[in-house]
Amino acid sequence: MESVKMNSNKEGARIGFYVCHCGHNIASVVDCKAVAEYVSKLPGVVVSRDYKYMCSDPGQELIMNDIKEQKLNRIVVASCSPLLHEHTFRNATEKGGLNPYLCQMVNIREHDSWVHSDRAAATLKAKEMARAAIQRVTHHHKLETKKVPIRPSVLVVGGGIAGIHAALTLANAGKQVYLVEREPTIGGHMAKFDKTFPTLDCAACILTPKMSEVGSHPNIKLMTYSEVVKVDGYVGNYTITVKHKPRYIIEEACVGCTECINACIYTTAKFPDEFNEGLGKRKPIYMPFPQATPQIVVIDPQTCIQIKTGKCKKTCLEACLDRKAIDFNQKERFSEIQVGAIVIATGFKTFDAHRIPQYGYGKYPNVFTALEIERMVNASGPTGGHVVMRDGSEPKSIGIVHCVGSRDKKTNHYCSRVCCMYSLKLAHLLKEHSGAEIYNFYIDMRTPGKSYEEFYDKLLNEGVNFIRGRVGEVTDWAFIPEEEGKLIIRVEDTLAGYVRRIPVDMVVLSTGLEHQPDADAVRRMFNMSCGSEGFFLERHPKLAPVNTFTDGILLAGCCQGPKDIPDTVAQAGAAAAEALVLIDKGYIEQEPNTAFVREEDCSGCKSCIPLCPYSAISFDEQKKKANINEALCKGCGTCVASCPSGSIVQNLFEDEEIFSEIEGLLLDNINEKFAQGKTTQEVLAK
Amino acid sequence: MQRCRIFMQELVRTIKYESDRVPGFGNEILKVPGCENLQSCIQCGTCSGMCPLSIYMDFTPRQIIELVRSDFKNEVLKSYTIWLCASCYVCTVECPREVHITDIMYELKQRAIYEGYYPNHFPIPTLAREFFATVYKRGRVTENFLAVKMILKSNWLDMFKSWRLGLNLLSRGRFPMKPENIQNKEELRKILDTVDKVSIDTLGGISHIGNGTKTKTN
Amino acid sequence: MKYAYYPGCSIQGTGRAYEESLLPVLKELNIDFEELEDWNCCGATAYMSVDEIKSCVLASRNFALAEKFGYAEIMAPCSACYLVLNKAQKYIETSKPVAETVEKALSSANLKMTKKIKVRHPIDILLNDIGLEKIKQHVKRPLKEFKVATYYGCQLVRPYSTFDDQYNPTSMDRILKALGATVVYFPIKTRCCGSSLTGTLPEPGLFCAYIILKEAIKRGANVISTACPLCQFNLDGYHDKIEKKWGNVRIPTLYFTQLMGLAFGISEEELGINRCIIPLNIQSNQTVSA
Ligand SMILES: Cc1cc2nc3c(=O)[nH]c(=O)nc-3n(C[C@H](O)[C@H](O)[C@H](O)COP(=O)(O)OP(=O)(O)OC[C@H]3O[C@@H](n4cnc5c(N)ncnc54)[C@H](O)[C@@H]3O)c2cc1C
Ligand code: SF4
Ligand code: SF4
Repeated sequence: MESVKMNSNKEGARIGFYVCHCGHNIASVVDCKAVAEYVSKLPGVVVSRDYKYMCSDPGQELIMNDIKEQKLNRIVVASCSPLLHEHTFRNATEKGGLNPYLCQMVNIREHDSWVHSDRAAATLKAKEMARAAIQRVTHHHKLETKKVPIRPSVLVVGGGIAGIHAALTLANAGKQVYLVEREPTIGGHMAKFDKTFPTLDCAACILTPKMSEVGSHPNIKLMTYSEVVKVDGYVGNYTITVKHKPRYIIEEACVGCTECINACIYTTAKFPDEFNEGLGKRKPIYMPFPQATPQIVVIDPQTCIQIKTGKCKKTCLEACLDRKAIDFNQKERFSEIQVGAIVIATGFKTFDAHRIPQYGYGKYPNVFTALEIERMVNASGPTGGHVVMRDGSEPKSIGIVHCVGSRDKKTNHYCSRVCCMYSLKLAHLLKEHSGAEIYNFYIDMRTPGKSYEEFYDKLLNEGVNFIRGRVGEVTDWAFIPEEEGKLIIRVEDTLAGYVRRIPVDMVVLSTGLEHQPDADAVRRMFNMSCGSEGFFLERHPKLAPVNTFTDGILLAGCCQGPKDIPDTVAQAGAAAAEALVLIDKGYIEQEPNTAFVREEDCSGCKSCIPLCPYSAISFDEQKKKANINEALCKGCGTCVASCPSGSIVQNLFEDEEIFSEIEGLLLDNINEKFAQGKTTQEVLAK
Repeated sequence: MQRCRIFMQELVRTIKYESDRVPGFGNEILKVPGCENLQSCIQCGTCSGMCPLSIYMDFTPRQIIELVRSDFKNEVLKSYTIWLCASCYVCTVECPREVHITDIMYELKQRAIYEGYYPNHFPIPTLAREFFATVYKRGRVTENFLAVKMILKSNWLDMFKSWRLGLNLLSRGRFPMKPENIQNKEELRKILDTVDKVSIDTLGGISHIGNGTKTKTN
Repeated sequence: MKYAYYPGCSIQGTGRAYEESLLPVLKELNIDFEELEDWNCCGATAYMSVDEIKSCVLASRNFALAEKFGYAEIMAPCSACYLVLNKAQKYIETSKPVAETVEKALSSANLKMTKKIKVRHPIDILLNDIGLEKIKQHVKRPLKEFKVATYYGCQLVRPYSTFDDQYNPTSMDRILKALGATVVYFPIKTRCCGSSLTGTLPEPGLFCAYIILKEAIKRGANVISTACPLCQFNLDGYHDKIEKKWGNVRIPTLYFTQLMGLAFGISEEELGINRCIIPLNIQSNQTVSA
């Protein structure tokens, strides 16, 4: 503690203090008049007032006028959270003619009146907190915000409907967009659906025009089969490294004629087709689906004989003789792009149904996942839209099990939001395509969306059976002879009050939505946070739903949490708008709460460098000193606390400021002593 | 008129009034270690769907949970469900909200025994109490002795229905002829008696913590 | 290591064939064990229904005895004992009032519980301490003709077991396969057999047993193997009653240790196989394997 200099109220500090009633929010618990009265006697305080609403225009004018009339040079406002009004009071200070950083706030609402009920004690606490701020503010000095220019281009990661919509919006606004998609085609999950709820319009009809627009837009550079591997820089100035996986096709040369596929040495398709959820087959050289964007084939190195063994007749090469688009020697490539903002739209993956063995997925052949059924009912899908079981026969009864991997503490606790609706959709489509008896097993029917309840109503009237109960188990062992040979669903019909056993031919598991398996790696690369559910965390759940805690990185679609297509598109539009706000402003202003290294004290031990969560510290090899990039520093203070030689200082959190604030809190009975006319030093001397 | 009156007599009131509830019952159960998650139940029915005995229950396990937290003490403690529960734990393992249904069933059984709720000559509580007494006396149980004793106490007729099993067991040497005992019976009794005293100190005589104090000394 | 063998009440009564087969199998594999001196009843499910704390105290006396005689692990072959001992331990660990009561009760008899005694089931020990390889070496008569439905019952893997999957346990399957038996697909291997009810409320208890017996036959098994005296009793003892109600589902139910003993070449009499009410009538393979 020797290093702490007692605050003697620096020569010439003229402080104005304002305590806000916040209507009844503060005044009902804290005696604001008494606080103002008390503070007025502290050394250096020239003006001390209480006022009903400090954030109102007249409240702010009080500050501005006092600065001018009383020649104030420091301002302290005791009111609500700085998160809410620090900006307001700094502005008022600036308008009054002072540097805004000479203003300090005290939170006597969230930290005092809202959490206490004893008026006397709360008032005392407010006084002490105010005293601390008065002590602190004398150490404040002028700080300047920095302006940094922004690059007018945007990276969009993920080419599902979210990424597609965000990219098109930005490109149509005239910005350069880079869309990076790791699969050979864009489209994401939506491309696999037959119809979309609640209107039942054809997914392909509404999606593929947007996909091809992306493919041909002059402002969009589409990079499929690619992944971001490195992100450097900061808001406005990101440098991105993209890895391009070898497709074994020269993209510029391929026109998507698919002659090569017909020519492949495999005359019939043999390998499970990813796009069709393994229900169909493809060749080693394939186009994921007819409307794939870009229209470029891809070779799967796992199954291609030439790539695996080098001993194939290469009949595909012959078919492509004039264009010469096939290149078996392609290697992965890396490229670098520069952008000002980033939209993350990496979407979701569906819950792995194997994880609930009681539902028999993978054990009983006729248990399917919802995504498999999406492909099955699709006219261009592997069965041409026919609903068939794995042995090719048609089911007479189908059970749709809701909440598989949702609302379950053992798997995912949250509600996946879209499964009730898509289960209704599948119930309708399955009934339409097969005429089978359909049972929907649900815990609660969640249809909160425009026209969604009406859709539920439609299904109720279509004669689908609805049973309110979470399925316990799907089994193949019978109680009674009628059940033999069927899949038996064991469930409590909670509304009728009976436990029921329902034999069906086919079971559909409505799997929930989960974060992508690589979400954590992506989160780290882009400096984001994940919520407890594993989805990327927005800055504020209500007021900043597409922003992250890192400026310039925005979220769109299911990577932020489960949602349907209308919400996904709305969010993608919002993310694009936020990116435009940044870019069109042309520059960014940075809070000056950054840290800097006092070079003369730095011993060059490098211990701070790995600790910085924003990678803002580098090492100057010539000077052998650490160096903090102001634009990257977020002011978290980690390095400040860790520096063994104490050579890192953080603006707005300098040692003197913090220690004098603490002393201000700890001084006891200071009241009377000051009243007796003693100085701080005398008071502390005891 | 006559017919109507008879008809009316046979009907039972199913509507529930607030006076049918025993306020505080749900909260008491909730405070017992192991039963805390009761409030998180979402009434999904997984427990009932999985329960191998739910086919015979008057209330399904899900309904028991709801009745408990809604303070319908009489209905719960009089139900057959709690006695049909075989403690197989399948519900506890499957519940998506980690409600420990089996532990709650145990707690309800204990209360029903302690408060004398179970039906007269209903065999399961009798077995439980007999078991309890035998362990106190001998330190071990010999099942067939227990069974005979229990049948004598609850229902004479059953004795004759089970003669065949008894004979089968006897002929295969599975019917021990003398009851098992431990050597240090005194020690065991001392330990068990201490529990009664200690429960009152450590548990402060609060009946809902740790369950121990609910049982009077045998 | 020397295991403290905790037989439990049933195993020395109606389930004595379990002990009769378990002991020679353990000896054959040179497993070192000793019966825990003066053990007492674990309390079982019935005791839990009356007073959970006393049930914990009862279990703890056994832990304290094991500690006193210097054992680190207790081997409990009965599923109910295995569960109750584990449950008591968990209860004592997580609830302070319970722990204090137990401590005071034990100290009144100069006993104490200072360290955690591990509760192990023989399946766990055979699989993880001995290993399949060693078991295979002792097989003299592979169980070629045996098509086994492995029935684990409820309390062996639920909810505290540490050595196997609660949804689809496979430990017993692996042991039986090592003996040369065929293990049939048996989806209800952990469904409750109803034994705690059969004695008191016959209908529900027997129905549970009936379902298991019927399914075992349907899946092509010619013998059921269990690891619990209560299950064995319930699946073996009531065929006349079950038959009257739902039809003939006769299939022998043996302890897995009896099957091991057979494979090791121990005689049927020694293994107590004649104590089964439904007799074993599978021709065991007589050829001695290399
Ligand atoms: C069975 C089912 C049926 C549904 N039916 C409907 C319906 O009828 N109506 C409706 O409104 N909603 C429906 N939904 C919801 C709908 O699927 C989502 O709202 C929508 O797909 C979300 O789009 P997205 O772009 O956020 O994610 P996705 O569609 O998952 O797209 C994400 C894209 O990002 C790519 N990607 C992921 N990680 C990376 C990375 N690291 N680098 C590069 N690229 C990456 C992926 O390959 C993918 O192309 C359904 C959902 C399911 C599961
Ligand atoms: S399974 Fe759990 S959540 Fe569902 S009804 Fe039963 S206790 Fe409630
Ligand atoms: S523990 Fe009891 S209530 Fe739960 S499933 Fe088993 S028998 Fe049913």
